[in-house]
Amino acid sequence: MELGMNLKKPLLKSDATQKLLAFAGLIFLFVGFSLASPNFFKFDNIVSIILATCVNGVLALGVSFVIITSGIDLSIGTVMTFSAVMSGVFITFMKLPIPIGIIGGILAGAACGIVNGVTITKMKIPPFISTLGMMMITKGLSLVISGTKPIYFNDSPFYRQISVGSILGSMIPGFEIPNAVLIFFAAAIIASILLTKTVLGRYTFALGSNEEATRLSGVNVNFWKTTIYTLCGAYCGLAGILMSSRLNSAQPALGQGYELDAIAAVVIGGTSLSGGEGTIIGTIIGAFIMSVLTNGLRILSVPQEWQTVITGVILILAVYADIVRRKK
Amino acid sequence: MGVVLVSMEGIEKNFPGVHALNQCKFVLRSGEVHALIGENGAGKSTLMKVLTGVYSKDSGHIFYKGNEVEINTPKAAQELGISIIHQELNLMPHLTIAQNIFIGREPRAKGVNFFLNEKEINQKTKELLNKMHLNLDPTTKVSDLTVAKQQIVEIAKALSFNAEVLIMDEPTAALTESEIDELFNIIRQLRSKGTGIVYISHRMDELKKICDTVTVMRDGCYIDTRDMKDVTIDDIIKMMVGRTIYDSSPEVPDETSREVVLEVKNLNRGKSIRNVNFQLKKGEILGFAGLMGAGRTEVARAIFGADPIDSGEFYIHGKKVNIKSPEDAVRFGIGYLSEDRKRYGLALGMDVETNVVLTSFKKFLGFLGFVNSSNTKATAVNYVETLRIKTPGIEQKVKNLSGGNQQKVVIGKWLTRDCDILIFDEPTRGIDVGAKSEIYKLLNDLAQQGKSIIMISSELPEILRMSHRVMVMCEGRITGELSVSEASQERIMSHATKRGA
Repeated sequence: MELGMNLKKPLLKSDATQKLLAFAGLIFLFVGFSLASPNFFKFDNIVSIILATCVNGVLALGVSFVIITSGIDLSIGTVMTFSAVMSGVFITFMKLPIPIGIIGGILAGAACGIVNGVTITKMKIPPFISTLGMMMITKGLSLVISGTKPIYFNDSPFYRQISVGSILGSMIPGFEIPNAVLIFFAAAIIASILLTKTVLGRYTFALGSNEEATRLSGVNVNFWKTTIYTLCGAYCGLAGILMSSRLNSAQPALGQGYELDAIAAVVIGGTSLSGGEGTIIGTIIGAFIMSVLTNGLRILSVPQEWQTVITGVILILAVYADIVRRKK
Repeated sequence: MGVVLVSMEGIEKNFPGVHALNQCKFVLRSGEVHALIGENGAGKSTLMKVLTGVYSKDSGHIFYKGNEVEINTPKAAQELGISIIHQELNLMPHLTIAQNIFIGREPRAKGVNFFLNEKEINQKTKELLNKMHLNLDPTTKVSDLTVAKQQIVEIAKALSFNAEVLIMDEPTAALTESEIDELFNIIRQLRSKGTGIVYISHRMDELKKICDTVTVMRDGCYIDTRDMKDVTIDDIIKMMVGRTIYDSSPEVPDETSREVVLEVKNLNRGKSIRNVNFQLKKGEILGFAGLMGAGRTEVARAIFGADPIDSGEFYIHGKKVNIKSPEDAVRFGIGYLSEDRKRYGLALGMDVETNVVLTSFKKFLGFLGFVNSSNTKATAVNYVETLRIKTPGIEQKVKNLSGGNQQKVVIGKWLTRDCDILIFDEPTRGIDVGAKSEIYKLLNDLAQQGKSIIMISSELPEILRMSHRVMVMCEGRITGELSVSEASQERIMSHATKRGA
């Protein structure tokens, strides 16, 4: 009861500080790597960093919604693979037109999201377990459906252009930014609008802040939660399209492990795992921090194994900085 | 008196092991403030949760304006015009005031139903707050508000439904006197407009002030409905408890010869504790009075090692000790009973036995470190008997007990740990009249057995009734020490408001 008397006089609104902190971290990495290696700050390398961010970034966008509700989705990596395999099935096996294959892939992801939502809201299975199950299911199904072999898109050369082609480059010569990057930014803008301007976004925060109060306010909690997991699934589907298009194939064995990178990006971006707060811009910064780190360390010829170690340390430090900030 | 708005008949509700509502009835008319009272666990809140769709009834009928209705969801209740302010705050701390008030029915952008019209949300909230004479910015985050202000947001939210039936479950628990007056003005305003108001409270003085009718419940049963002007507070209490209340004025012990058990010297912590000095004697109940935010809880937490201190010394039985963590405090025999039992005092999902022995497992370890379960059982049974904990058995989960009995379980826990200095922070918060007097009796018994007690309380009658000596705090300082013969409400208040002394 005496809590109320603690006068809070923050310099900045707390979420703004976190964004600033993450952004400063990103700049710091950029400057550091640029000084350490002349090969880092070059147009081609920057483009490749952005390109490398796309898949993880789109996954992170989707899972941001789930994490803000104080849930978790461990299935995003393998749902991504499952979506890619499904679009391979539609386009290469069934010879359906590419747009239908793309939509089919995204819907396959969304369908996994619906199942996650239903198991969580109706069967009352905690998100951690539900989505762990879905992770295994989609991992297995991807292998079963593809016959454990990659599905190539050789018959449909246009499919590869979705990721690798450059509409911008064809319009403005020399400005060869791959389409995948445009799609990523478009997905981010849509996510940001959904989160801040719509009913869906409002309930995302409300659920994470106090689910029981949200329910008692007459909000159909189960419906909205399922919708949020479905949205996350659809984003995984989009990531699957970007991924398979870049590789010109759906690789059924890929995907596991991506969920942890995406969740790490969200958390580094200042979204609290206990729910109720988070921003899309934070998630984007988080995703960039992850890929700048990977890229920069590789340019400095740090061995792969050590890259992973360093990423882990950065993750812990980022979250610790956030905890210290909150305590003040 | 107006027309009948709500009529509930033969309501039955069972929870595992508890017959929560037994053939309950309740009638609410328009333009009345209807007190619904009973001890904790009597079924008031459950009955109102049935009316507002939080719980579904097992059987019985609900009529709204003469028509039988089924209310299965909170939303269905809201659409009928029935709003409730729950006992626990039901706000989303990360959202703004406006976002909280309009959650679930946000004004939408023109044409695109999926988009929010944030401007309208804020504007409507501002109008609503102005109507209540509240000067709050709708875009303030709720987590940045005081508890009292949060409570007021909750009331504003309920009012915004233009509800014809408004249920308030302990609305004044966290409010100051002036805020309560403000609330009563709003209630009177609503009453004159014909709103039916159900008012659940444990504060008897409030009922006489604001209520027209009173319905009493006991042990899940309907007892009686009377006009407030025809009954006295004593009548109501008798109906509530079905027995006479334990009442005592403290027997003032002979102070002089007593041993000093705990001495605190020059305790400082930031702005919340400033140079606090006091002594606690054996067998004494030392009351800590003061306004909200005076620093009483902070002092208790500092003694218990829960928060770091800037400076200060603790002496136990005259020996200087270092208390750096709750573990240290417990080793020196100090037990702290938090004002928020549910969060800090109990493992709610576990049974009575586990909770009682939780902090003292070491005592019950036998061969090879296995827990000696016959010993733990005997201990739990012993405390259930001596503390008169009302429970079907020691294997009952603590969350199914009423507030008063939960508090007794916490007391049992610290007694098992052999604590002889007990710090009670708001020991009777959220506990009804009958159970309160039992807790009081228990405190007196403990003191007589030689335990030393620090009792923090915001209720002055409680301080005056229980304490052997009173320390008054204001803004982190001790501003007064009163013996039981000197202490009066006026004196305590004058010390409690000695700002900048």
